[in-house]
Amino acid sequence: MNTKNILIVGVGGQGTLLTSRIIGDVVINKGYDVKMSEVHGMAQRGGSVVTHVKYGDKVYSPLVEERGADVLLAFEKLEALRWIHYLKEDGIAIVNDQEINPMPVIIGAEEYPEDIIEKIKENCKNTYIVDALSIAKNLGNIKVLNTILLGILAKYLGLSVDEWKDAIERVVPSKTIELNKKAFLTGYNLK
Amino acid sequence: MKKLMLGNEAVARGAYEAGVKVATAYPGTPSTEITEFVAKYDEIYAEWSPNEKVAMEVAIGASIGGARAMVTMKHVGLNVAADPLFTVSYTGVNGGLVILVADDPGMHSSQNEQDSRYYARSAHIPMLEPADSQEAKDFVKFGFKLSEEYDTPVLVRMTTRISHSQSIVEIKERENIELKPYKKDIAKYVMMPGMAIKRHIVVEDRMNKLAENANSLEINRIEWGDKKIGIITSGIAYQYVKEALPEASVLKLGMVHPLPKKMIKKFAKEVETLYIVEELEPVIEEQVKSMGIKAIGKEIFSVQGELSVRKVLSAISKEEKKVINKEILPNRPPVLCPGCPHRGIYYVMNKLKLHATGDIGCYTLGALPPLDGIDTCVCMGASVGMAHGIEKARGRDFSKNWVGVIGDSTFIHSGITGLIDIIYNKGISTIIILDNSTTGMTGHQDHPATGKTIKGEPAPILNLVELSKAVGVKNVRVVDPFDLKEVEVVLKEETSKDEASVIIASRPCALLSKKKDPVYKITDSCVMCGLCLKLGCPAIEKQTNKVVINDALCNGCGLCTKVCKSNAIVREGE
Repeated sequence: MNTKNILIVGVGGQGTLLTSRIIGDVVINKGYDVKMSEVHGMAQRGGSVVTHVKYGDKVYSPLVEERGADVLLAFEKLEALRWIHYLKEDGIAIVNDQEINPMPVIIGAEEYPEDIIEKIKENCKNTYIVDALSIAKNLGNIKVLNTILLGILAKYLGLSVDEWKDAIERVVPSKTIELNKKAFLTGYNLK
Repeated sequence: MKKLMLGNEAVARGAYEAGVKVATAYPGTPSTEITEFVAKYDEIYAEWSPNEKVAMEVAIGASIGGARAMVTMKHVGLNVAADPLFTVSYTGVNGGLVILVADDPGMHSSQNEQDSRYYARSAHIPMLEPADSQEAKDFVKFGFKLSEEYDTPVLVRMTTRISHSQSIVEIKERENIELKPYKKDIAKYVMMPGMAIKRHIVVEDRMNKLAENANSLEINRIEWGDKKIGIITSGIAYQYVKEALPEASVLKLGMVHPLPKKMIKKFAKEVETLYIVEELEPVIEEQVKSMGIKAIGKEIFSVQGELSVRKVLSAISKEEKKVINKEILPNRPPVLCPGCPHRGIYYVMNKLKLHATGDIGCYTLGALPPLDGIDTCVCMGASVGMAHGIEKARGRDFSKNWVGVIGDSTFIHSGITGLIDIIYNKGISTIIILDNSTTGMTGHQDHPATGKTIKGEPAPILNLVELSKAVGVKNVRVVDPFDLKEVEVVLKEETSKDEASVIIASRPCALLSKKKDPVYKITDSCVMCGLCLKLGCPAIEKQTNKVVINDALCNGCGLCTKVCKSNAIVREGE
């Protein structure tokens, strides 16, 4: 199969890395070649973070290129807009409708852009906007934001629900397996 | 068994499988996880050393003692360890010695993007460069074989994209490697001029032999394709080349020093146009061109930043780059976390309009508005010596408006020598040690003052107060960085003195504590004075006509309540 390219973007501390680890676990078990590139160190401290996930028969570069992503999974909407040009023309943007102000906005030096969702839609025909933070709060833990979003992504990627649930069991800390599986299914069954 | 592994984890696995007994390091992005993964193997002694020079020396000792040893650092760490590096090239090894260095093209988390391959060339040490996690593991193992076979330390160069990418690795068992016998040999291990002159000859012979044998090494290989385009490449650039130009012929170098000259000549002869695709400096290119071979390299590629599939494609196929319109959006620079103890110190320094020589760590982030905390950042430990230099250039009165700020781990790494200099040469600088009880930026590594080893075992605690006193500092003060009043008093007192001072601002990193205190909120008493915004806390946001605390980000540290003059910030629920 052709290489599938996923770009996961968000803000340091939102749990994007766990999401990519679960995807990696699923696709390696399907026998695909897979590469993932993630951000460590300085970029984690509340800055923009981006994780590249690529899988298929043979993957060379671990990085998704501009206009190369099949799916953009955005944990924050300003980050979605920042990376939207990485999507292929027919790519899908899954956007968590959450606003996290960057420092220049916090101190009033710049403004958080208005109508981000409209701008994302202008740049991308297939968008899925979701308020995953509220869903996570309803589930009782804002940290499962990432597995909710993963659930939505999983639906677009195909593969069986059981394969995803197995991967969650292998990757997340044992105490949080049930909660994460519940969050995953909530995301998967949305719409 | 196959496993998805981070490049850094694969390096650790390679060390394990190669029977490594001793592994040392000082943390530094993108190399840090290597030694964290190594420490999980009970069979390997692992340590965080105070700095890279010490780490290198411990590894050299272990090698001469007969064990396979690995030392790990980031590119700038190799500068710190360069002194032993150049001479261990002369002594050679007993047990295999691999020096792992991780470069950071594009400077994701570094102060420069120097190219470590130059070190291999100038120190006459072979260097291997893996292109994915499997190779990272294989090359480390091969490095040990090479090291023992040629009696040389071996450099393995990673880059950020190799270190921090995951790909599939085949896991194997650990080799049973016996300690080599130790034999006293001053002609080999005591580098006085008389011996070193003779060893230099050995080094040149070794490198000549290696250069010849490089032509038949399996890790240097030609992948024949269309011969119109031939590309010499290595490391991550190889992956970009293969994805951009799958039809082209490729000479993939697994060993980037010394180069396989015969192989290169043969390859160059058969291809129509030869390109050299390498990140950063034209290290391969200049050597190829000096062989009289026509090639294209930095004429079409930059020496700055990372390459990509797109860059390779547009440079070689001269394909028009499609212009993509990008919206100009507010940047999201990394920031000090909510609850960060450094924030209190910077807030007061800002209030007192102090200048500061800065250093390498999370606290470097305090350079940006609104904290505007530091004036300089050069390298690990530099804040201390530079504060002294400012004083010697512009005099004591000028210097009283300055401090040096340095973290606890960084102070131990190389700040202490600067402090000794200040005392010895009668300086009056005030040095603030931001002691957050960990190595923060790289993800919480222990160090000599935390009381724990890399394996989590209890260790003696280096006392920074006593250490400062012992080198001759008469004025040593300890403050809680969240006690803003005390910080202000102490800062004013110490900077006004005609003597050197050390202020230790002691409070653990906010991320070390798992417990979350109740969050704060802003009430109607807020008069929009903006004082709390000067803290630069990511949780405090200015909205159109109010200031709010983001409850998802607030960690309940309460620092904002201490700057609010209207008592408008209260705990949620109060």
